[in-house]
Order: sequence, then C-alpha cells, then structure tokens
Amino acid sequence: MHFKLIVNGKTAQVDAPADMPLLWVLRDLLQMHGTKYGCGIGECGACTVHLNGEPVRSCSTTVAEASKGHITTIEGLSADGSHPVQMAWKEIDVPQCGYCQCGQIMSAAALLAHKPHPTDKDIDAAMDGNLCRCGTYTRIRQAIHRAAELKAQHSPGTAKPAAAHKASNGGSK
Amino acid sequence: MALDRRSFLKVTALAGGGMLLGLYPDAQAQEAAPRGRQRSGPGFGGSPLAPQAFIRIAPDGIVTIMAARPEIGQGVKTMLPMLIAEELDVEWKQVRVEQGDLDAKYGMQFTGGSFATPSSWDPLRRVGASARHLLVLACAQSLGVAPEECTTSTGKVLHVPSGRSVGYGELATKAAALPMPDPDAIKLKDPKDYKIIGHTVHGVDVPDIVTGKQQFGIDVSLPGMLYAVYQKCPVFGGTVASANLAEIKKLPGIRDAFIVKGVEELGDVLPSDPGLEQGIAIVATSWWYAQSARNKLKVKWNEGHWSTAEQSSKAFEKRAIELSKKAPEKTLHQDGDVKAALSGAAKVVEGAYSYPFLAHATLEPQNCTAHYHDGKLEMWSTSQMPQGTRSAVAHLLGIPETSITIHIMRAGGAFGRRFGNDFNLEAAWIAKAMNAPVKLVWSREDDIAHDYYRAGGFQFLKGGLDKSGKLIAWDTHFVTFGEGNRTAMAANMDAEFPVRYVSNYALHQSLMPLGVRTGYWRAPGSNAYAHVIESFIDELAHAAGKDPVAFRLGLLSTAPPPQPGQRGGGLDPVRMRAVIELAAEKSGWGKRALPKGTGLGIAAYFSHMGHFAEVAQVRVTPQKHIKVEHVWVVGDIGSQVINPGAAENMVQGAIIDGLSALMGQEATLDHGRIQQSNFHDYPLIRMHQAPPKIEVIFNKTNHSPTGLGEPALPPILPAVCNAIFAATGDRVRSLPLTKHGYSWE
Repeated sequence: MHFKLIVNGKTAQVDAPADMPLLWVLRDLLQMHGTKYGCGIGECGACTVHLNGEPVRSCSTTVAEASKGHITTIEGLSADGSHPVQMAWKEIDVPQCGYCQCGQIMSAAALLAHKPHPTDKDIDAAMDGNLCRCGTYTRIRQAIHRAAELKAQHSPGTAKPAAAHKASNGGSK
Repeated sequence: MALDRRSFLKVTALAGGGMLLGLYPDAQAQEAAPRGRQRSGPGFGGSPLAPQAFIRIAPDGIVTIMAARPEIGQGVKTMLPMLIAEELDVEWKQVRVEQGDLDAKYGMQFTGGSFATPSSWDPLRRVGASARHLLVLACAQSLGVAPEECTTSTGKVLHVPSGRSVGYGELATKAAALPMPDPDAIKLKDPKDYKIIGHTVHGVDVPDIVTGKQQFGIDVSLPGMLYAVYQKCPVFGGTVASANLAEIKKLPGIRDAFIVKGVEELGDVLPSDPGLEQGIAIVATSWWYAQSARNKLKVKWNEGHWSTAEQSSKAFEKRAIELSKKAPEKTLHQDGDVKAALSGAAKVVEGAYSYPFLAHATLEPQNCTAHYHDGKLEMWSTSQMPQGTRSAVAHLLGIPETSITIHIMRAGGAFGRRFGNDFNLEAAWIAKAMNAPVKLVWSREDDIAHDYYRAGGFQFLKGGLDKSGKLIAWDTHFVTFGEGNRTAMAANMDAEFPVRYVSNYALHQSLMPLGVRTGYWRAPGSNAYAHVIESFIDELAHAAGKDPVAFRLGLLSTAPPPQPGQRGGGLDPVRMRAVIELAAEKSGWGKRALPKGTGLGIAAYFSHMGHFAEVAQVRVTPQKHIKVEHVWVVGDIGSQVINPGAAENMVQGAIIDGLSALMGQEATLDHGRIQQSNFHDYPLIRMHQAPPKIEVIFNKTNHSPTGLGEPALPPILPAVCNAIFAATGDRVRSLPLTKHGYSWE
C-alpha cells in the first residue's frame, strides 16, 4: 500500500504493507537509523518517536496509524543537537554504549514538553518504558533535571540564572 | 611491559604533509602470537596483546588519533586516545578521534576482560611521548638550536632561551623523516603534570549519539543491500528435517529462503565456538519482510541429542543435589586437612548456593553486514575480537584472511557476548550465497534463545570456626557443567579467596553435561562466585558472632604475598583492607541506627585486577518489596583514574547492571530449549527500580592503572543479599531474588 507520512515536518512517500511497523519504515525504507530496534514488542523503548507530540513505540505502531499524524524522530528533534535535552545529555555525558539513548531522549523531550519541571516521580513514570542495559539511569535522571533548567533559561522572558529561575517559576506552568 | 620492549615505532611520511606514527610489534612477536587466535580466555593473561596507535598531525595542527579497539560502551574510543594526547602534549580540543578498521598495524584489536587499560597504559603513552620527542628534534633542527633548550606546550614546541615557538602542524613533515627513538628510552611525564589523564573528557561520539547520527553495527546501509534473518533450531545442534521454503519464497519482499547446512570445527577461535550452526536463511528487501516471512515458517526439526529431560533446569538442580551428597569427582585444590579441621571445629556452617544461567541481552541485538564480491569479503561487525572473527570467517569460506576486510562498528553493548562469532559467520555465509550486500539482524528472540550464556552453577559449602570465632576450614563442592576433563566455557573455577587466608581449604568439582553454549559475561566467573563466597563469609561472620566488616578485616590481616596470574591469587590484602575500611567509613557502618526493615550489607571482591568493596543500604517491606536506597562503592584500580567522569558512569552502571541480574534474570532450560524470549520474561532493571544514590570513591594507590569494565559488578550482588539478611534475617542462597518472592518496590 501507498502511504504519505509526515516525518520531521517533511512529507515522505512509502510503499509498505499497512501493518508494517513504523520502526522498519523509518529504518529500512527511509534510511533513518536514529530510531533503534531493541525488542519489537514495546518493552525496551529504544524505538521511541513522537506521534503528534506523544511518545510512542515505533515497533508497535503501524505505518497506517503513523500516516494519520505528525511523526518526530530523533533526527528531527533539533537541526543541530541544540534541543535542551540533547544539550543536557552532552553536558552530563550520559551515554555508555549509547544505543538506547535516542529513545531515552525522545521520552525525556516528551516529558518536558508536558511538564517543564518534572519531579523524580514524574521522571520515573515517564522513563519507565525505556531500558538501558549499561545502567546510565543515574545520569539520565540528572540530565532531565538539567534539561529542565536549560529549557527554562532559553524560554522567552525567563532568561534568568538557574537559581533565581528555580525560585520564581513555581506558579508559571 | 615485555611487549613494549619487543616493539618499535615506525614513522611514515604522508602525502598530505602529515605524520603517521604507530607502534608495531616486531616480526618475532607477530610469529609468537598466532594471528587471529585467542588461545586463552580474554583478560586472563597469557595472550600477547600488541598495543598500537596512530597519530596524524595536519598542517593546521589538528591531531587525529586512531582508536583501534572496538568501542562497546566501555569508553575506550575516548580513553585510549587520551593517553597518547597527554604525552604528545596537545590540548584535547586539538584532537580528533577516528575508529580504525581491523588492521595488523594496530596489533591486537580486542576488547574484554577489563584489559584495555592495563595493556595500553604504558605502550600508548610511549607512542605519544615518542612523537613529542621527534617534534622537539624537528623544531631544534629548524631553528638551529639544541633540543635540550626546547620544551613543548599545547601543541607547540618552544625554544625557551629565545621565546620562539613552532606549532606541531608546521613540524610534522620534518619530524616524520627523523629516525625513531627507542620508546623505552623516552622519558614520560611526571603524573603531577598531567593535563588530560585524570581530567574528565566527554565521550567523543556523544554529540552524534544524541542526534541519532552515530552509526552502530545495526545501522550499516549499503547500496543494493538485502536484509536477512536466520532461524535455528531452538535446541542447540538441531537440524532441519523439512521446511515450507517454497511457500516462504513467494511472500512479499522475499528474495530467497534456503537451508544452510552448517560447518563445524572452525578451529579454536573460541573453545566453545560451534562454527556455523545449521539454520534457515530468509533474505528480503527489508528486515520486516524477512521477519514477517519467518513468522510463517513451518519447520520440522531433528532436535538432536540435547533434547532430553536431563537438559532442564529442574533436572540440573535435582542432579546437583544428588552429586553434592556423593564424593566429588575431582579435587581442584587442597591446603591442610579440611576434614579433620571441620570435625574439630567448634562450629560448622553449611550453605547450598546456586545461580542461574544468564543471557547477555545487549540492547543492540546481534547483527553483521557482509558483502562478498570478486573473491573478497567486506564485513561491518561489532565483534569484540575482530581478529578472531576474520580467522573464523576465513576458515568458513575457505578464503585467505588477506581477502577479508573488517570495519569495526560501535556496538550497542557487548558484555562479552560479542566474542561469539555466530552472527558474523552467518552473515558472511549468507552474503556469499546471495552475492550481494546482506545485513543480518537477529531478533530479540534469537538473541535470548541463542546466547553464549553465563553458566549457571551450584556450590555446596562448609565452613569451620574455632572457639574464638576464627575461620579454620573452608570446603567447596562446585557442581558445574562439562564432561570428562572439559568444563563448559567460563564455567570453571580456581581456588578463590579465602584460599591462602585459611589454613585448611579445599575446592572439589563434579560435572553435569550441558547442551547450550556458555561464555564470557561481564566479570566472567566472578559475577557468580562473588555472590557465593561473600554471602557465605557473611554467614560465617554472623555464626562467629562478629561484625561482618571486622570478620573480613580479620581474615585479611594475615598477609600472604599476592600471587599475580591466578584467579583470586592477585588479591592484595593491603589494598583490600583499605577499600573495605573506606567503604565502612563512608557508609557509616556500625554507627548509624537504621529503621526496622532496613539493613546494611557489605561485600568485597577482587577481580580483573581491581579491588572493590561495596556497601548497600536496603529497605525490605513485609511484602518483600525491596528498595536499594544507597550504595557506596570503593574501588582501587591503581594510581590513576584516566577519565574520572566516564569511570563514575561505568561503576554506577555496573552496580545497576548487577542489580538487574540479581533481581529477576534467569535463563532456564527445558529439554535443551531456553524458555525465555524477550524482555517481558527476561527483565532488565528499570529506572525507578535503580538505586537513587550510588557513591563512587576511588582509593588511589601506587600501582599501575587497571581496567574498570568489570570489577565493580561482582560485589553488589552479595552486598544486597547481606543487607537483606541484616534487614530481615532471610539468607538468600539461590538467585535470582524473584525465586524467593522478592520484587522491586
């Protein structure tokens, strides 16, 4: 079947069976390899992308479903690695092997879009579907908090030092 | 190092005016090391490694350093070039790192056994220092001054009396034409002058990882490439009786489907390397087509002789208990008279311990891309031992090693799994059959079902204490897997601590046949034995009425000299006591009142040349929910922690990885088949289950730096089990914890 997908703001045409998972459309048909295969059953989160801004497991999302919305992959999160989550990941030097990190970053970016200042509990809930075999969880948590700070600093009208910002943003959500 | 003395540096002028500098093993050393073969276990010594590196200096002063070893998440692609850059005396921001292909000019390109650091520490610093030496000579000649009047700083040579300076980029061509110095005669920096070593450097690939640009093995893509899956019998060694291949070939996107007969005995690349196993290859225009077709595959297998009731986890347990009641088949080590000491002991403690088979479950499933054309094979592989891969593939295809090119790809984890060549052999064979580039990707189900598992095992222990509570006898009956004189890979055991610290010690062994492959899993052997030994020492401490920290320090207070080269034999009691004392101090051992249901546990273990003591604070609810609230890790890996930030990350990861195995991981067998298939029944620890606090402390001592990929992992399992005992009085002797009704809070 023929599908028209909107991936990272651009239109892509693919011929694929309707039940083909978005993961393999991205990887094998569109040659976008940032989205990773880890389990194929939605258990590991390595394949996380955004569909209409919501994090979804692309291994368990068919091309037919995906064609109904806007898809954002790690390649489209920012043009140059300047998304606050990517910046924080670099600053904290999160990855070990790095294989799960695109999925982790996509889950974290979706979390921050909804909750600019997540608590540890919010992070636990949002990141529960993303496995890291190297065990970088300590740094992932640290980097999400840091990304929240960076995001707040770069938001219009809130360009304040991190400490001052923390004190002032309580009711600004 | 002996290897270093047998080596010489060679400099080649490059067309672009740069300089290429590498450390070559001499011809004699090359001959002494059978190429491509790793005859003894990686990391356990005895295998000559030929460390080597390249430096290329462009006219603009940018320095390119080649990373020769496979990067599997352990950080060598950043850390090893740091050694060169330090002695070359450049700023890290001037450095670019490139991954080298498999090439004899790099020497042994293998990663494992926490061996990259100890085997590279001296040779790679000498590579950098030799290059610096030549640049100084080149500058002195250009300026017509004495080299002794010159020094270097951040990529420049300075003539001190005149204040003139020349950048390395301008000197590179001239330096390349100079005769090589004797690397052993080169003076290395005083560690107090280090500007790179000991200072955190971020991973060189991280900017590409966070944008999805980083290419892992699984991401290789070539023009005209096909995608393959490979279906094997769920029972090892099974063969195809019949399959609906005609039907499969008609499915969408399928290019071919065929039986691969398999080839055994490819030589001793790995003692347990089974060669190319028989299976069915399905090749398609996308991996999804291949995988979908596989789901429609109907195969009748001849399951072979391993499909028996004996090849079941329950049967192993029953048989092990039977064997424990009989005289052991073999005594591996004996000091004193254990029997007499036990019968004269004031107290005898007994413990029956066991641990399961484990899969590696690297998050990037096994894969390899291969392209056979004109009698030559090009491969893109995540192998941890590419020389071995080339050798095995050459044997398999009957082509010379010189006809095989291997591109070393960043791996999404390895943990020892990628020593196995199965996926490389399969890809090479299928690519040759298809005469096209082929990417073979295993499904997660393939990965769990066809691993080189961490061997499960059983240990039956007896310990004797005298009236004063002193340990006077230790007896282990180790029931493991193997037949005759051969134990399964990495399922063997040598005399371990407290051997040499107790006057009566015996280690016996009995074997059971095993029909699955076993292999290296992060901290081989140690990852299981630490739990047994350090839990039993805790049992003995409590039986003796002594504090577990004091009991351990007491055991270590008689200080026999360390004997490097044997497992456990290199344990240095002075270093071990120091890490235990520091871990106790940092965790407030014995000084803090803890709430009911919360306990502290300690364990200390020496492996892969590292001494580690770990304390875990664990909360256990009446419903057996567990929270590891805080972990203190104290490690001694020598005088330098080369990249401290990465080292902390690695140790925290090792703790979390160890907890992952401890709680719920178990690969079980039934009639020779592995019963788990994916992360729903082979669970990895998740973020909210991981300890919120893991403090990492390095106790620096005056010893040459050693590796870190492995030694932090083994002690965390017994540390947590000992904490559970402290909190509840429940002694867990068999793993994983889920067997006993525990779960994460």
